[in-house]
Amino acid sequence: MSAVPLSLPRGLLARAAVLGPLAQAPGRAALSIIAIALGVALGLAVHLINRAAVSEVSAAARSLSGHADLVVQGPADGFSEALYPTLARVPEVAAASPVIEAEARVVGTRETLPILGLDVFRAAALHPVIAAAAGPRGDALFAEDGILLSASAARALHLKAGDTFTVQAGLTRMELRVLDLLPAGAYRQRLGIMDIAAAQWKLGRLGHLQRVDLRLQPGAEREQLRARIQALLPAGVQALTPEDQDAQAASLSRAYRVNLTALSLVALFTGGFLVFATQALAAVRRRRQIALLRALGVTRRLQFLYALTEAGTLGMVGAGAGIALGIAVAAVALKTFGADLGAGYFPGVEPELALTPWEALPFFLAGVVTALAGALVPAWAAASAPPAQALKAGDEERPASPSRGWRTGLILWILAALAIPLPAVNGLPLFGYAAIACILLGAVFVAPFAARTLFARLPVIPHAGYQVATAQLRGTPAQGSLSIAAVLVSFGLMTSMAIMVVSFRASLDTWLEKVLPADLYLRTGQSGDTAFIPPEAQRLIAATPGIARAEFGRGREIFLAPDKPALALIARPMNPERAQKGLALQSAAPVPAGRTPVWVSEAAADLHGLKPGDEVAIPLEGAARPFTVAGIWRDYARQTGAVLIDRDAYVQLTGDGRANVASLWLSPGAAIGEVSAALRARLPAGTDYEIASPAEIRAVSMRIFDRTFAITHLLEAVAIVIGLFGISASFSAQVLARRGEFGMLRHLGMTPGQVGGMLALEGGILGALGVAMGLAAGFVVSLVLIHVVNRQSFHWSLDLHLPWGLLLALGLALVCASAFTAALSGRRAMGPDVLRAVREDW
Amino acid sequence: METPLLSLRGVSKTYAGPRARRVLKDVHLALRAGDYIAISGESGVGKSTLLNLIAGLDKPDSGEILFEGKDLGAMNDAARTELRRARMGFVFQAFHLLPHLTVAQNIALPLTLNRINSDAAAARVRALLEGVALGDAANAYPAELSGGELQRVAIARALAHRPALVLADEPTGNLDPETAAQVLALLKAQVRGDHAAGILVTHSPVAAASADRVYLLTPEGLVPGNP
Repeated sequence: MSAVPLSLPRGLLARAAVLGPLAQAPGRAALSIIAIALGVALGLAVHLINRAAVSEVSAAARSLSGHADLVVQGPADGFSEALYPTLARVPEVAAASPVIEAEARVVGTRETLPILGLDVFRAAALHPVIAAAAGPRGDALFAEDGILLSASAARALHLKAGDTFTVQAGLTRMELRVLDLLPAGAYRQRLGIMDIAAAQWKLGRLGHLQRVDLRLQPGAEREQLRARIQALLPAGVQALTPEDQDAQAASLSRAYRVNLTALSLVALFTGGFLVFATQALAAVRRRRQIALLRALGVTRRLQFLYALTEAGTLGMVGAGAGIALGIAVAAVALKTFGADLGAGYFPGVEPELALTPWEALPFFLAGVVTALAGALVPAWAAASAPPAQALKAGDEERPASPSRGWRTGLILWILAALAIPLPAVNGLPLFGYAAIACILLGAVFVAPFAARTLFARLPVIPHAGYQVATAQLRGTPAQGSLSIAAVLVSFGLMTSMAIMVVSFRASLDTWLEKVLPADLYLRTGQSGDTAFIPPEAQRLIAATPGIARAEFGRGREIFLAPDKPALALIARPMNPERAQKGLALQSAAPVPAGRTPVWVSEAAADLHGLKPGDEVAIPLEGAARPFTVAGIWRDYARQTGAVLIDRDAYVQLTGDGRANVASLWLSPGAAIGEVSAALRARLPAGTDYEIASPAEIRAVSMRIFDRTFAITHLLEAVAIVIGLFGISASFSAQVLARRGEFGMLRHLGMTPGQVGGMLALEGGILGALGVAMGLAAGFVVSLVLIHVVNRQSFHWSLDLHLPWGLLLALGLALVCASAFTAALSGRRAMGPDVLRAVREDW
Repeated sequence: METPLLSLRGVSKTYAGPRARRVLKDVHLALRAGDYIAISGESGVGKSTLLNLIAGLDKPDSGEILFEGKDLGAMNDAARTELRRARMGFVFQAFHLLPHLTVAQNIALPLTLNRINSDAAAARVRALLEGVALGDAANAYPAELSGGELQRVAIARALAHRPALVLADEPTGNLDPETAAQVLALLKAQVRGDHAAGILVTHSPVAAASADRVYLLTPEGLVPGNP
C-alpha cells in the first residue's frame, strides 16, 4: 500500500467544476468582480448621497414645523395675519403657532441665514426646544435684536452666544445679538430664530405671516379637518401635512436623483456585459473540461447550474466589494461635492452618511443578478455543447455568440417604439428607460446579421494577411459578434450621453442668449423675497448716466395646486406681439380680447396640464384671478415651473410696484464697468445688489451645468473601458479557438508580427462595425433621452445638437483601440505553445 | 437466454450539411458482460461516432441501441447522462484529466458523481492507484505526469465506479509503441479484473490485437475482422 495520504476534499464536484477553474484564471475572475463591484459601488454611492440629502432636507422641513399636525403654508411673500385668529379658533385646533420666514444675507460674508420669527408662547406646544432655549418666561427672545442660532449656523458663521452680527433683508440692515445657541440636535440646518414681532418689524413684514403651524386636539380627524381649513384659506395658501412637506421637498430633486440612479445603473449594465464576455471566454477555454464532466455523467442542467454558481459567486464577491466601495465613494463625494454632486438642489444641507443592511441588500442582489444574467447565455451554450465533438483531439473551440436572433432584435426595437410614446409613470420616465434598454439590446441581437451582411461585401485585396483575416470574418460572423456587441454597447452609451449633454449645453447657451438680451442686469442679492428694488430706486437706476433703457421685473412664488410645488410668477414688460423674440416660445395661441395673457413655462404646462388657449386661475393678493395661456416657453431656470405676465397688468392687479431685477440697455459708447460703478454710487449705501453682464451670467450658468454633468463623463469612460475589456475577452477566446490556424500560419512562414497585424485588422474591422452600429443606436437612444427621458423628468425641451467632430474622433480612437486590443490579446493568448497546437491536428 | 449488455440493431448515422455524409450504415453488434472487443477501421469511417452513439453522447438516425435492455433512443439527455454516469467508463486519446485536480481527485470524480461516500471512495482510489502503479502520485497534478502516466490515471478513472462497460477511443494514439503496449495490457487487465466489458476503438492493428475479438467498421457495416 502506498504511504502517500489521499486528499479527497469535500465538494470535489464543486472544486472540479467551479472553484478549480476560478483559481486557474484569477485574472478573469478579478475582471468580473471589478466590473460588478464598480457597477454596484456607483449605484449605491448615488443612492446613499441622494438618500442622505433627501432625509436631511426632510428632517429640516420637519424640524421647522415642530410637532405640528397641519401646516398652513403661504407663498414666500406670505398672507395676512388676520387669518391667524380664524385658524386658532377652529375648535379641533389645540395650538396654533404663527411663523414668518425670511432669508437674510449675512453682511461681510457670502452666506445667507434663514430667519424664523416665532411667538415663543404659542410655539411652546409645537417647538419645546425653542421654549426651553427662550427661558422659563420666554422673555429672552423679546429683545428686538435677539436671535437664537442653530448649532450649524453658529458654526458656519463663526458666532457664539453674546456675539453680534449684521444681516441684510431687502434694503434694510439690522444688527443682531446671539442670545444663545440651540441644542445641536434640535435643528441640523442653518437657522436663526427671533421673536415674531421683532422679525415682522425688522424685516418689513408687519401684518404678514408665511405659515401657521397647527397642533390638533387628540382624536381630531386630520384629513377631514384639513379639507375644512383649506376652505377657510385664500387662494394660494395651502393646508399641508408634514408628509406633504416632505414630499414637496423631495420632489424638487426627485427627477434628478432618479436620472442619476439610472445613469449609475448603466455601469452595472456594462458590468453585466463584461461578465458575459469573460464567461464566454471561460466557456471556450474550458470546453473540453466541461465536455469531460458531461461525458462522466454531469447532466446538462447540473453543468448549467455549476456555471451559474460560478457567476453567482463572482457576483457575490463583486457586490460585497461594491458595497464597501460605494460607501467609501459616497463618503468622499459628500465631503467633496456636497449632497447634490454640485447640481445645486440642496444648498446649506449638511448630510450624514448612513446605511442599514436592508438598504444594501437590493444593491447586493442587483450585483448578483447582473452577474447571473451576464453568464446566462454562455453558461447555457457551454452546457448544451455536444461533448463528443469537444472531446475529440484537434476539435476547434468556438466562443458563444451573444445571439443569432435578428428577429429578437427586431421585436425589441418594436417594443422600444411602442414604449417611447407612453407617458411618465408617477413623474418618472420608466418607459423611456425601458425603450433605451430595448434599443441597445436589440442592436446587440441584430449585430451578427449586420456582421454577416457587411463581411460578405468586404473587398478582395491580394494580401495574405488581409485574405486570411477577411475569410475568417466571413466564415465565422457570429464569433465577431461578441467584439461588435462590446463596442456597440460602449460606443452607443457614450454617443447617446455625449449627444444629450452637448444638446443640453447648446440649448442652454442659446436659451441664455435669448433670455438675456440686455447689456447689464441688476438684481437684488441673495436675500430672496425680502429684497426688492422699490419704485424710487427704479427711477434712480433708469436715470443713471449711460443707461438708455431700463426694464424692471418682479418675481415671486405662487401655488397653483395644493399637491404641486410652488411656481415662480414673473412680472415683466411683455408685448404679446413680440413674445417670440423675448421668450423661447415653443407654442402660442391668440388671446381673446379682454383677457389677460400669461405665458407658462414647459414645466408649468406639463405639471399643471396647461396648453395655449387654456384658462388658468392665478392667486394674487388672496384672490384667484383669471388669465389665458398665450404661449408655452422654454425655461431652464425653474424646474417646478414659471408663469410670466406683463408687469403693467401685474401692477394693476396687485398694486405691487416693486421689482427684483432690472434689465439695462446701455447708451452707445457707454462702458459696462463705468455704468456698474455709477449704479453702485447712486444706489443707497448698504443695499445688496448684484450687477452682472450677460457674459458673466452665462459663464456661471455653464460652469454649474458642466459640474452637474461631470458624472456623465465618468460613465462614458467606464463604458469605453468595459467595451475594450469585451474586445479583449472576445479576441482571447477567438485566438484560443484558432491556435491551430495560427500555428499553421507560423509554420508557413508568417511572423508573430504578421499574425498580430492580421488580428489587428480583424479587430479594427469589428471595432469599426461596432462603432457604426453604436453610433446609430446611440443616436436613437439620445433622441429618447432628449425627447422622452429629459422631457418627462425635467419638463425641458432641447434642440438636437450633434457633436460630429467629437464622435468621429472618439469613434476613430475606439477603432484603433479595438485593433490594438485585439493584437495584444492575440499576442498574450497565443503564447509560446501556439506552434505546438498544430500537432494536435496531425 | 441471457440479455446482452449492449445490442446495436441496424444503427445508421448521417451527418447533415451541404455535403451530407453517411458514416454508419446498418451496424449490428451484441456485447455480453466480460467481452473485450476492438473496433478497427480506416480514418473517417465512423469509429468515434459509433462510440459516441453507444455512450449516449449522440443519437442514431435509425436503428436501436439497447444497453442492459434499455433503449437509449427512448431516453432523454438527462436519463442517458445518468446511465452513462453509473454504468460506463471512458478512456480518451487526449487523456482529458482536469488540470486543477490531483491525480487522486481526478480518479475520485466518478465516485463523487455517483455519491459514493468518501471513505469508500478513498479506499477505491487507493486500490486503483496501486493497480495502475501510481501509488506515489496520488497528490500530483496532471501537469507533473508523463503521457503514459496520464493514460494510466485515465484508465483508473474509467474503472473507478465499477462500470459495466468501458469505452476506449484511441487510448494509445498519443503514446509511443512501448508505452502503448503497457497501457493496452493494463487496460485489458483492469477491465477484466473488474468484470466489465470493454470496447476499444482504434485504427492501430497492434492495439486491436490486444482485444479478444476484432471487428472491422466499413462503409457497409460492422464485420468480423482479423484479431
